[in-house]
Amino acid sequence: MKILEIKDVHAKIGEKEILKGLNLELEPGKVHAIMGPNGAGKSTLSKTIVGHYDVEVTEGDILYKGKSILNMEPEERALEGIFLSFQHPVEIPGVNNAYFLRTALNAKRKHEGKEELNAAEFLREMKKYLEMLGMKADMISRSLNEGFSGGEKKRNEILQMLMLEPEVIILDEIDSGLDIDALRAVSEGINMMKDGKRSFLVITHYSRILDYIKPDYIHVLKDGRIIKTAGPELVAQLEEEGYESIEEEA
Amino acid sequence: MAQEEINKAVSGEYSLGFEIDIETDVVPPGLNEDTIRFISKKKEEPEWMLELRLKAFEKWQKMEEPRWGHLKYEPIDYQSISYFAAPKKGPESLDEVDPKILEAYKKLGIPLEEQKQLAGVAVDAVVDSVSVKTTYTEELNKHGIIFCSISEAIKDYPELIKKYMFSVVPMTDNFYAALNSAVFTDGTFVYIPKGVRCPMELSTYFRINALNTGQFERTLIVADEGSYVSYNEGCSAPTRDENQLHAAVVELVAMKDAEIKYSTIQNWYPGDENGKGGIYNFVTKRGICAGDNSKISWTQVETGSAITWKYPSCILKGDNSVGEFYSVAVTTLAQQADTGTKMIHLGKNTSSTIISKGISAMKGQNTYRGLVKIGANAHGARNYSECDSLLIGDQCGAHTFPYLESKDIHGQVEHEATTSKISDEQLFYLRQRGIDEESAVSMIVHGFCKEVFSQLPMEYAVEAKALLELTLEGSVG
Repeated sequence: MKILEIKDVHAKIGEKEILKGLNLELEPGKVHAIMGPNGAGKSTLSKTIVGHYDVEVTEGDILYKGKSILNMEPEERALEGIFLSFQHPVEIPGVNNAYFLRTALNAKRKHEGKEELNAAEFLREMKKYLEMLGMKADMISRSLNEGFSGGEKKRNEILQMLMLEPEVIILDEIDSGLDIDALRAVSEGINMMKDGKRSFLVITHYSRILDYIKPDYIHVLKDGRIIKTAGPELVAQLEEEGYESIEEEA
Repeated sequence: MAQEEINKAVSGEYSLGFEIDIETDVVPPGLNEDTIRFISKKKEEPEWMLELRLKAFEKWQKMEEPRWGHLKYEPIDYQSISYFAAPKKGPESLDEVDPKILEAYKKLGIPLEEQKQLAGVAVDAVVDSVSVKTTYTEELNKHGIIFCSISEAIKDYPELIKKYMFSVVPMTDNFYAALNSAVFTDGTFVYIPKGVRCPMELSTYFRINALNTGQFERTLIVADEGSYVSYNEGCSAPTRDENQLHAAVVELVAMKDAEIKYSTIQNWYPGDENGKGGIYNFVTKRGICAGDNSKISWTQVETGSAITWKYPSCILKGDNSVGEFYSVAVTTLAQQADTGTKMIHLGKNTSSTIISKGISAMKGQNTYRGLVKIGANAHGARNYSECDSLLIGDQCGAHTFPYLESKDIHGQVEHEATTSKISDEQLFYLRQRGIDEESAVSMIVHGFCKEVFSQLPMEYAVEAKALLELTLEGSVG
């Protein structure tokens, strides 16, 4: 059983078709890396899965746990367990980070029929993860992403991922703008989430992150399609020979 | 039509007034000297007050209704309004208060009987122009604090009233202030003696209850040397079809080292999405920092009314005095608001802060209009202004008119203004975390208003948030 199946998806942004018959299957418990040159459609792929308003799917289907999600609102997809770590997390002035995250977590808990956490219970949890990620305690009271450094923003995405416990995790250029310490902390957070059931879709331009998060599969995305799928050994070839060397598999 | 009626009134042809049975609860619509005599008599006022009212009325008749606001509405027929209404019963205690009135309070989340027990809140409830109940008077009396209806104050503290009423907002200050001066029916008077810190938040809730009754409240707060008071004013009115005029006057006087914090939640009936019905709210609010080191702080959350015309202002006369204006104004449906402040710097080293947040949704039109004036002797005066507008949807509008007059070349004035739309990117981010669209919008809006809400007393801030949510419900998507 696949956790996520993307079937012959064609999608456009505005008038421009970006995904042109994309096929991809995510296996439970596996780390899938999507690599590809600029403009190949990497970010569009992540936007398509989470139901971003920019994207219009014209053909094909996306199944999550066997059910189509194309008609689901973004928040429904999220509540069902699909999480996107944004490449550029947006700043929301005045919205307290802890308040936001508690609202999100309680929405999820409510959806799953669990008791909502009160402020004290939530803070205890949040502090635990802050420490784990090497984040400062003022992350509790600061406004969501406002004035955060690049590293703080990405760590905050990982913090949300850890607390929301999603099942399909899309990491869009998680390593961009990170120094080595932040990269290590972020990777540790991600590796901690591996439990043999959750699937990861690591979208990246560089192979650096893959030294920290070991992928099970490498998919090469080019011109709106997955043109090759292989094991982690493909990373070395891509490093040396570039995307030009990859021929589409029959 | 209106002019004709006024002419009649002036010429004395229009006679209704004094034959009105003094026992009636509502005077017939119309305004002339007799109406004013009736109100004054009904309030058992001394002769000097009646004379002041008549003087104001005389001046008002020669004044023009201002039309410079960024507001569109049909001319108001002042002769079609009834200028006095008392509640059906005159209750002696809370037990005798009309159950319907109590019910209305409950709907607003402010049941009187609970409020009596609520820590530190004394309530002088004004229902249809007559004080229904004043609580906590005894506790306040111990500190020598006067907290009563303005009608009582006119009878019991004539010297204070003569000294301070009209001292900040002269009776001829503007058209609506003059009208209020002539026909005001009730309101609140607060006096905090020297060196006294008022031990509780003072609150007055206003409601308009009888159809076609103009609401003309008058509030006067005097904080003597070194004293402090925080006063909360909240309003709500039930649904109705006809436009109603509300023209209140609020005067604040802060003596040396005194501080007055005045918070308002305004939630009058806004009318429908086509602009039908709703309250016309023309309010004059002004405070004077009369003594050195005094401070006046206005915080307002304006969500109601079809038309809002309101500029709570500060005259910073004392040296080192401080004026603040924190405002959230929401216009949705077809609401129009033209609101802001005036900061008049006269004393040395005076400083003022203006934080204005305008939120427009649906067909709402929101205008910020603010004046910062620095006098020739106001050396070292400083002002900081920040005016932000948030648009929800594409049918609404936001407008900003900041005015600056500086006679002191060393005055420091800073003005920042932003207009933003709730960005799709922000909404999407929150929704991707499982937060539904409506909650996501209210989260962004609350974030936008945070600087203002944080100025409100705790319970009031909670109320303001709930109100904001209610107001913007259904205005998205």
